[in-house]
Amino acid sequence: MLELKNISFRINDDGRETEILNDISYTLEDEKFLIITGPNGGGKSTLAKVIMGIEKPTSGQILLNGKDITNLDITERAKLGVGYAFQNPPRFKGLTVRRLLSLAHGSDLPEDECCAYLTNVGLCSREYLNREVDTSLSGGEVKRIEIATLMARNLDVAIFDEPEAGIDLWSFTMLVESFKVMCKGRHRSVILISHQERIMQLADEILVVANGKIRTQGSREEVFPKLLGEFGDNCGFRGKEA
Amino acid sequence: MRDDIVSSLLKQISDIEVIPSDGAYNIRKNGEGIERRSTKDVEITTKTDKPGIDIRVAPFAKADSVHIPVVITDSGVKDTVYNDIYIGEGAVVTIVAGCGIHNSGCDASQHDGIHRFFIGKGARLRYIEKHYGEGEGTGERILNPTTVVEMEEDSFCEMESVQIRGVDSTKRDMKANLDKGAKLVITERLMTHGKQFAGSDMEINLNGEGSSAQIISRSVAKDGSSQVFYPRAVGNAPCQAHIQCDSIIMDDAKVRSIPEIAANHYDAQIVHEAAIGRINNDQLIKLQTLGLCESEAEEIIIEGFLK
Ligand SMILES: Nc1ncnc2c1ncn2[C@@H]1O[C@H](COP(=O)(O)OP(=O)(O)OP(=O)(O)O)[C@@H](O)[C@H]1O
Ligand SMILES: [Mg+2]
Repeated sequence: MLELKNISFRINDDGRETEILNDISYTLEDEKFLIITGPNGGGKSTLAKVIMGIEKPTSGQILLNGKDITNLDITERAKLGVGYAFQNPPRFKGLTVRRLLSLAHGSDLPEDECCAYLTNVGLCSREYLNREVDTSLSGGEVKRIEIATLMARNLDVAIFDEPEAGIDLWSFTMLVESFKVMCKGRHRSVILISHQERIMQLADEILVVANGKIRTQGSREEVFPKLLGEFGDNCGFRGKEA
Repeated sequence: MRDDIVSSLLKQISDIEVIPSDGAYNIRKNGEGIERRSTKDVEITTKTDKPGIDIRVAPFAKADSVHIPVVITDSGVKDTVYNDIYIGEGAVVTIVAGCGIHNSGCDASQHDGIHRFFIGKGARLRYIEKHYGEGEGTGERILNPTTVVEMEEDSFCEMESVQIRGVDSTKRDMKANLDKGAKLVITERLMTHGKQFAGSDMEINLNGEGSSAQIISRSVAKDGSSQVFYPRAVGNAPCQAHIQCDSIIMDDAKVRSIPEIAANHYDAQIVHEAAIGRINNDQLIKLQTLGLCESEAEEIIIEGFLK
């Protein structure tokens, strides 16, 4: 169980305070699949980073299974079972896919197991094992490997930040279908940040984060039908329709 | 003749613990040649005018690896050696050199290896050089390699040098002259720590039409160590050269890179790229989210960077 209590995150930009997260409270029960959505720049990734310990909240408290983890660093939280698949994963010179998966898993993974993790994210060829996770991989390949690194672990809270971004339409359908199956039995609870309707269908609960605040929260059945209206009143690409 | 220290040094610098069952080799220990074998295609002889050896690879030979390691196990040795390597026309060969110093005393041990390569027309050489130092003594471990490469028409040369641990001071000097159609590829990997110093001076002259050179240098400077690079490429004919220097700087280290590129011909294309920076923060964070602590994460990133 993950509890967020009154989380705020402010940054100080040249003497000007900007509120990125504003008093966010939420409890994620075990066995739940939570989707966080909301407009670009709303604070979703920042919230994920605060949970992972990459950013320290200005105020508020984070509890994992009743234990206060607010002051624990990234490594300590990782060891307690928090994982985060980046929206923009970094690339590494000289580090092979196999090594990265082994590091994620916590011990050397046999070739077959590595292949199984990769096949699950649609990278079927054995050739990927010894590829380096460097700039030679395509954007979509890097995102898939990022998903695989989280699937190679057993986590209490697994956070995926727009895992579908950059993944082709074809594989997207497959990913949507297999995502929940992949997480089941592996992760106790899952947070998935996404803008995709299809992915929201997987949710037990949906959280809409906008302007650093929770705008709406509730079960999929409650929130999903209202979603389009949620975005409608913002200034979008098209501007106001007459 | 060989003991545990020598065996372990040999393993570090040339991946051989035992004498290879075939192939030519020469092992030099504390300033003297101790073991050697020539083969049908590779003749190794002692120089008569100064310390060192001549290696002659027969024209059109397809020789296996030739190993020429140097080890220093006595403290206070200053060894200077001149090796001349002649690769005959059309020959293909790999030469594994390397120097390992084990200094358990308090006097400096130093090895200055002057290697000259004469690569014949159309010949292909792969040259691997590893430097390594160890030992609990306070005596410095110093390695100053000088390399001269003369490349004839259409010859190919790939040089890999690695210095990862334990050398207190190193000054490498390298000069290459490329004739028509010759191709040179150099990869240099270096890590310094403690108070170590490493300097690398390189001059590549592209004299023949269609000659090309590619130089990739990757280094990591830790603690209070310092590194200085002077890569220089001179294009005197229609040619191509690409120099790429990447350094990771940590702690209180200092890294300087002073490149020079010169074109003396309208069709010379010479590119230099250099970057010095800290370890990428996103990479560190990513590995930490997998449960590694900061120093473990740093080590993995550096290991990959230098691979
Ligand atoms: N370190 C920072 N410095 C300055 N601004 C920041 C910083 N981190 C986040 N922000 C700002 O905070 C806001 C929220 O960013 P965040 O990345 O959390 O948005 P998001 O909801 O994930 O958006 P998207 O859907 O585009 O991924 C943005 O306006 C962003 O510019
Ligand atoms: Mg985001």
